[in-house]
Amino acid sequence: MAYSLGIDLGSTTSKAVILDEDEKIVGRGLTNTRSNYEVATALAQEEAVINARFHFLDRELEKSDLNGAAREDLFQRLENNFRLEQHLYRVDRLQETCLEAVEKAGADALREPARRALDAIFDECRREAIESFSLQRVDRSRFFRDIVGSHYMALAENLSGEALPYDFLMSIYDRSILKEENRSIGLAFDEALKAARRRTSEGLPHHRALLETVTDAILDRPLHLSSCVGTGYGRQRLPFPKEHIRSEILCHGLGAHYFFPATRTVLDIGGQDTKAIQIDERGVVTSFQMNDRCAAGCGRYLGYIADELNIGLHELGPLAMKSKRSVRITSTCTVFAGAELRDRLSLGDSREDILAGLHRAITLRAMSLLARSGGIENEFTFTGGVAKNAAAVKALRQLVQENYGERKLNIHPDSIYTGAVGAALYARRAQSSKLEP
Amino acid sequence: MAQAGISQQASVQKDDSMLRQKNMLSDYYRRVASAHEEGKKIVYTYVPGNLAELFLSFDLVPVYPEINSLQSGMRKKSARYIQAAEKIGHSEDVCSYVKSDIGMMLEGNIGPTGERIPEPDLLFLSYTGCFTFLKWFENLAQHYRAQMILLQTPYQGDGKITENMKRYMVRQLREEIIPQLESFSGKKFDEDRLREMLARSARAEEDLVAVLQSARHRPSPIDAYFGAVYYIAPIFTAFRGTQECVDYYASLRAEVEERVALGLGPVTPEGPLSQERYRLVIEGTQCWTHFREFWKMFYDEGAVAVASSYSKVGGLYDTGFRHDPNDPLGTLAQYCMGCYTNLNLPTRVELLEQYIREYQADGFLVNSIKSCNSFSAGQLLMLRELEKRTGKPGGFIESDLVDPRYFSAANIKTRLESYLQMIDQKRSGKVQ
Amino acid sequence: MSTSSNRSRTLEEVVQYCESLYEDTKLQCVQRWKAAEAGRRAIGFMPVYVPRELIYAAGVLPVGLMGGSDRVEIIKGDAYYQSYICHIPRSTIEMALSHYLDDLDGLLCPSICDVIRNLSGMWKLLFPDRLCRYLDFPQNFTPEVGGAYYRRELEELLADLERLSGRKVSEGELNRCIELYNHNRELVEQLYDLRAKQPWLVPTIESYLLLRAGNLLPVEEHNELLENYLREVPGSHRRQMDNIRVFLIGSFCEQPPLGLIRTLEKAGCYIVDDDFVLTSRWLTRPVEPGPDPLGRLCKAYLETSTFHSSKYEGPQPKPKLLLEQIARRRADGVVFCAPSFCDPALLDQPMYMRALDEAGIAHTSFKYAENTGQFQNIREQVGTFSDSIKLWGAPSPVRT
Repeated sequence: MAYSLGIDLGSTTSKAVILDEDEKIVGRGLTNTRSNYEVATALAQEEAVINARFHFLDRELEKSDLNGAAREDLFQRLENNFRLEQHLYRVDRLQETCLEAVEKAGADALREPARRALDAIFDECRREAIESFSLQRVDRSRFFRDIVGSHYMALAENLSGEALPYDFLMSIYDRSILKEENRSIGLAFDEALKAARRRTSEGLPHHRALLETVTDAILDRPLHLSSCVGTGYGRQRLPFPKEHIRSEILCHGLGAHYFFPATRTVLDIGGQDTKAIQIDERGVVTSFQMNDRCAAGCGRYLGYIADELNIGLHELGPLAMKSKRSVRITSTCTVFAGAELRDRLSLGDSREDILAGLHRAITLRAMSLLARSGGIENEFTFTGGVAKNAAAVKALRQLVQENYGERKLNIHPDSIYTGAVGAALYARRAQSSKLEP
Repeated sequence: MAQAGISQQASVQKDDSMLRQKNMLSDYYRRVASAHEEGKKIVYTYVPGNLAELFLSFDLVPVYPEINSLQSGMRKKSARYIQAAEKIGHSEDVCSYVKSDIGMMLEGNIGPTGERIPEPDLLFLSYTGCFTFLKWFENLAQHYRAQMILLQTPYQGDGKITENMKRYMVRQLREEIIPQLESFSGKKFDEDRLREMLARSARAEEDLVAVLQSARHRPSPIDAYFGAVYYIAPIFTAFRGTQECVDYYASLRAEVEERVALGLGPVTPEGPLSQERYRLVIEGTQCWTHFREFWKMFYDEGAVAVASSYSKVGGLYDTGFRHDPNDPLGTLAQYCMGCYTNLNLPTRVELLEQYIREYQADGFLVNSIKSCNSFSAGQLLMLRELEKRTGKPGGFIESDLVDPRYFSAANIKTRLESYLQMIDQKRSGKVQ
Repeated sequence: MSTSSNRSRTLEEVVQYCESLYEDTKLQCVQRWKAAEAGRRAIGFMPVYVPRELIYAAGVLPVGLMGGSDRVEIIKGDAYYQSYICHIPRSTIEMALSHYLDDLDGLLCPSICDVIRNLSGMWKLLFPDRLCRYLDFPQNFTPEVGGAYYRRELEELLADLERLSGRKVSEGELNRCIELYNHNRELVEQLYDLRAKQPWLVPTIESYLLLRAGNLLPVEEHNELLENYLREVPGSHRRQMDNIRVFLIGSFCEQPPLGLIRTLEKAGCYIVDDDFVLTSRWLTRPVEPGPDPLGRLCKAYLETSTFHSSKYEGPQPKPKLLLEQIARRRADGVVFCAPSFCDPALLDQPMYMRALDEAGIAHTSFKYAENTGQFQNIREQVGTFSDSIKLWGAPSPVRT
């Protein structure tokens, strides 16, 4: 079997998707984009490969006589333990890096207390990891940095004092986590799987034989990626030859077509830009429009608003949904967003109503890009980070209805992978056309 | 595989016409710098509606602030100049040519050759196709306290030049402008001398048109947007009507015809382009601060401009107009009214539609320039209209003349690449 | 509400009526006017000036279009304009495509800037069956040159209008309309003089809405309305405030939202002159009575037009004319209040600023869009400006 890889190197997250020969998605990988694009690419790819191999493992499990719920439970445990092994490996490595940083810092008096503190901190990290990874569902959207960072910070505060300043401990962490983040996972797949098998069998001795069978079927059988295409904001910096790079607009169009073959219009609102794309019945882009230099109408605008209100980005939508009477906001100028917000608050408008108005205002900007690109003639797909925001979706539905009438609006749960799917499809097709005489 | 289109072995050789132009320009800037010592008078004026022959017939030395600004952009000085102008109250919103010029003036008016450009003795406001010209010189008049003469070119609001418009222009020239130039220069108007110059203009125009129309060949031997900047420079500025200009265009035409005969593509800053992959018609002016970088995005992909509207801002010749020595004032009027930015939107759409068909373009692209409302206001409708009429894909890119703050390489590259890949798919009918 | 009424209104009623006209973005009053008599036509015009006498004489109602204010949500309009272009053309296109302007039989675009100029071409492409004329006004003010050209342009316009209404314009009819508009200009000038003299009597928002009413109403009715207001306002017992007197400049095309005008007065500024709705004040003297009315309209344009951003300054530099006007109105300072991306207004500012600095006259500047929703920054800025003038008077000349 030959597999194709698509990578979408976005400004905030990097995505990878693996397709099989039937153009079915077998693996997905997601990581936060960091300053080092090569590492982000490698990590997203690594994640997708892991995901794909677990996908095959699940198929092996299907062959057993376990019933659905028991099978799912076993799979989940094995995968959680696999993640735990990786996580522990990285915790150990981070601890070593921290110790090296302490050595290098050259403050002799701090060395011993720092070592002791690090031991305590990382022991706690390991303990906590074993506990939380054994839970049924692990929140995969949290990145390594977030998980370890929160424990480190809390413990560093407890353990610091006159002999060991908090700032010193934090500076050690900041330097070390940066190094850790710019490394690949490191622990080889097979090794991690074997360890995970061991750990899982310990808890479920009656499944030992089954675990041996299903894991043996995928061990020592690395995935063969026969073609790849990269896209996204950072595509110029992908370590790929030029003919393996496709524009993100084309990939988005094709990816949306993959999820919803009847779609003819795609709206993507990401952190950095907004795109309105028209595609034909094959997923080929026929026209598109992008926002200009002005960030109004992009996800970033919502970021400013969240900062201004001192709440999380993901809280904006739910708050706005509580609005009873949306306030009319006309300016979507990012620079004035804060001033407008304060002005409205001082006039006595509620936070919820203002937010509802702001969501409508940024959606209005997207509506004009849509109109510019050719309007919404038919089925329509919404992608990008902002598509997860219920208030933005609500405003969009309403405006589409007002301006174009009844139109089917699609939002796919995997919409974050739209660009990567498109890229993988291009990879797949380039390869199959090469194979054809 | 980067720069697939550029053949590696070709060393970057300067064609004869390029050297010739380089010498012409440096001579010109020397003439400008020493004009006052030599007792000559300096006239500031504009490229659209440029009355070079008339000024030269009075032995005046024309200076083009637009050219100074674009040179400042190319020399990466405009950002500082714009800042200087904004410091004295110019808005971030307005035309960066104006601000770059005013900033340059505030910082000593040093031109592209490092020589000081003298102050104007006269501001000749040839007010053609752009309101900002009016404001620009009103600002300069306040600074320099120089005399100003206005020539109003009526806009082709209904897509035609009426008798009334032409009469108005000829009367302005005959009854007001020529007498004012006579008293300003201390010279009698020499109509015969003007006629001779106009005859020379027509000869050079004939050759320019042949050069621009050579892009009908496959591959096109020229780039009619980026490359055309060099082809139009002499005739759009202080050289129209001179023998130098005639000679330059004759030699340029010969070179281009030779390229056609040899089946060669256009010359880029990195050598000749060996593979023409996309033929584009481009609407809009230029982004000077990133001229090379921007052009590279095109030739790296094998994209060639086969026609452009920018190459018509200082005169539209390929629809048949030539300066006519038999009707000196009438022909100057006709010339001014025919410049590209003096055409109304429906006429611009028709012209571009004709280019797309005649030059067998794969598509057309708008470079929408923030500074230039005369060009930009309405371009999105033009794009839509042209897509409808020709069925060819349209592309849209935004940048600015000389304000580097408005150039986002990542944004432009994404748009351009997507656009070219879209053309590929449309052409091949395959999704790959 | 009727389009014509003989009864006198109270002050509040006048203002309310004007407000209702301001809110009439769908031009229902124009529709009523047309419906009242068969064959009536209406034509829209963009700021800053058109010869309304000529249009009205041809039986066509001239309707001043001043954008969508903050009342029109823009979707379609934005599809036609890049973000760096001002707001008024996008709301105009929005309204046209949303059928707000269906009662207009055509559009006139005077030569104010490149954006409005190109709007004429866009209109031609979008509505090929409706009349659209670009009016390129002369920038040469010699009667035999610019005057002759302008006369011929007006004749062409007249021919278009006559075709539209199917009615030949007689000299008598044109003279009658000139008189009506002369009277209109006189009333508007009275209003401005009164406001300059006793600014507390005539809040700017009211004078503004009165002028805006003239964009939609037939001139006879507008004259009545102005007379009505001028009759009622002296008895209004409005209280004088400790405000400074400012000259407002830059708002001649895209209009500031009403909230902005109110903010300026609340922040301590009496606006004693401005360039809102200039159409009714463009000619600074009455058009002379007598034969050849068309010739006299041309002459009035050449000789009595106000100074303006879109008009060539000629031998009289605009900053000098502004200083004279400031002196006449006894203004304490100047407020530059221009729309974002308005080339003519913004490119004039540095020239004016320099002249004001040299004359020791205080000034402040900010930008707006017709749909600006918040004025906090402007309130603070203008409040500080007003306070500083109250405390320290005009600044001493600083620059030379």
